[in-house]
Amino acid sequence: MSDLYHLQNVTHRYRERTILTLPSLTIQQGETFALIGASGAGKSTLLRLLAMLETPSQGTVKIQLGGAWYDGHHLPLEQRRKIGIVFQTPIMLTRSVLENLAYGLKVRGEKIVKARLMGMLEQLQLAHVATAPAYTLSGGEQKRLALGRVMILETEVILLDEPTANLDPTNIALIEGMLQKQQRTIIIITHNFFQARRLADRVGFIHNGELLEVGQADPFFNQPQHPLTRSFLSGEMLF
Amino acid sequence: MDIFLKGLQEAFVLIFSLDPALLEIINHTLQVTLWALLFASVLGVPLGAMLGLLSFRGKRFITTLIHTAMGLPPVFVGLVVYLLLSKRGVLGDLDWLFTRQGIVVAQTIIGLPIVMGLTMNSIQQVNHHYKTELLALGVNPFQLVLTMIQEAQTGIFVAIASGFGRIIAEVGAVMLVGGNIEGKTRVLTTAIVLETRQGRFDLALALGIILLGIAFCLHLLISGIQGRVATTLQ
Repeated sequence: MSDLYHLQNVTHRYRERTILTLPSLTIQQGETFALIGASGAGKSTLLRLLAMLETPSQGTVKIQLGGAWYDGHHLPLEQRRKIGIVFQTPIMLTRSVLENLAYGLKVRGEKIVKARLMGMLEQLQLAHVATAPAYTLSGGEQKRLALGRVMILETEVILLDEPTANLDPTNIALIEGMLQKQQRTIIIITHNFFQARRLADRVGFIHNGELLEVGQADPFFNQPQHPLTRSFLSGEMLF
Repeated sequence: MDIFLKGLQEAFVLIFSLDPALLEIINHTLQVTLWALLFASVLGVPLGAMLGLLSFRGKRFITTLIHTAMGLPPVFVGLVVYLLLSKRGVLGDLDWLFTRQGIVVAQTIIGLPIVMGLTMNSIQQVNHHYKTELLALGVNPFQLVLTMIQEAQTGIFVAIASGFGRIIAEVGAVMLVGGNIEGKTRVLTTAIVLETRQGRFDLALALGIILLGIAFCLHLLISGIQGRVATTLQ
């Protein structure tokens, strides 16, 4: 597997406050990488950097797309469109479920094939609400739709920010099932390390803006090296 | 109470008798209002959308200016336009003083900040929520602006309707710039002032009722257009 992301000496500040420090991180193509950590640890900030929606205050975040390396400053739109992100609280356009699903394809100028959209809605178990306004969906349904809206774009990487937070087990199983079928790079943020264990090839633990440990899922969970990772995985409250 | 009933009765008589003088006043009212609304909207919606979307140094100052202009005293606007259009004014060569074109200029200036300010506010609200999500979905800058305007369309229609309300109800500036000349620049609001000054309260009330009726019909039209646009976008 070749590398998809290279992060080097990354520091990100917000109003003079350092919220993320990351000496080095590499993410490979095709792997599922989970970032775990408590709320406010800096996970979402890192995800936004990986989505190239922000550039770091210092250091470099580079992505390899179409055989070339890019950073956030020099990422052409056609390459940016190969990165998909599902936010923790997705925003639905004030249109139907079908229109929301088709939006990303439409802006890319791709032909809208209704059967393809309906196929995705079937997978998401949303076919029965295809013509309903998206804002009338429940929280779980909106999260599923947001995931489908990105999946249908067939991006090279999907970044997910707490995709199953506040969802019931049925919705969680549905979303995890869809993610497990993906053949592309998935980077998932979760504070639920059981979910990370179920889904990830590799896991990183982030605490107070610092990436403390990265490793293959099995050794990471069975023999964590950093004392704070051990504390977090044993359920201790970390501040 | 009698005077109101008499006013209502007079309004019906005027409308159903198709009084030519009244029809002319209504025609002039609609002309100046719709032209001014068109100019205020064509300028105000894109400018408001741009201000709502962009972040730049001095934006807060410009926003404060627009909010202040939303409460511009119409008589002051009328005075400034009067001076600009008068023979010695910089626009004196246009010879628009005491014409309907002059009224349109004054009403556009009054309506523009309202359309612009309310459009800016509605886009800002949408911008706050949608921008990152849309960028993540891969929009180009044009698609971003277009989607923002579509998502903020309810607020934009409210902006246009508010601008319309302010324009059609305008009297001070219209009186100064138009001069309330019978058959030329007399509109419903200035006619109401004239009839009131002459003590013909029932006629003034009748004209007021007709003005309200026209405003109601045009608001219905605006909300109808909004409904149609919303359906088209879905």
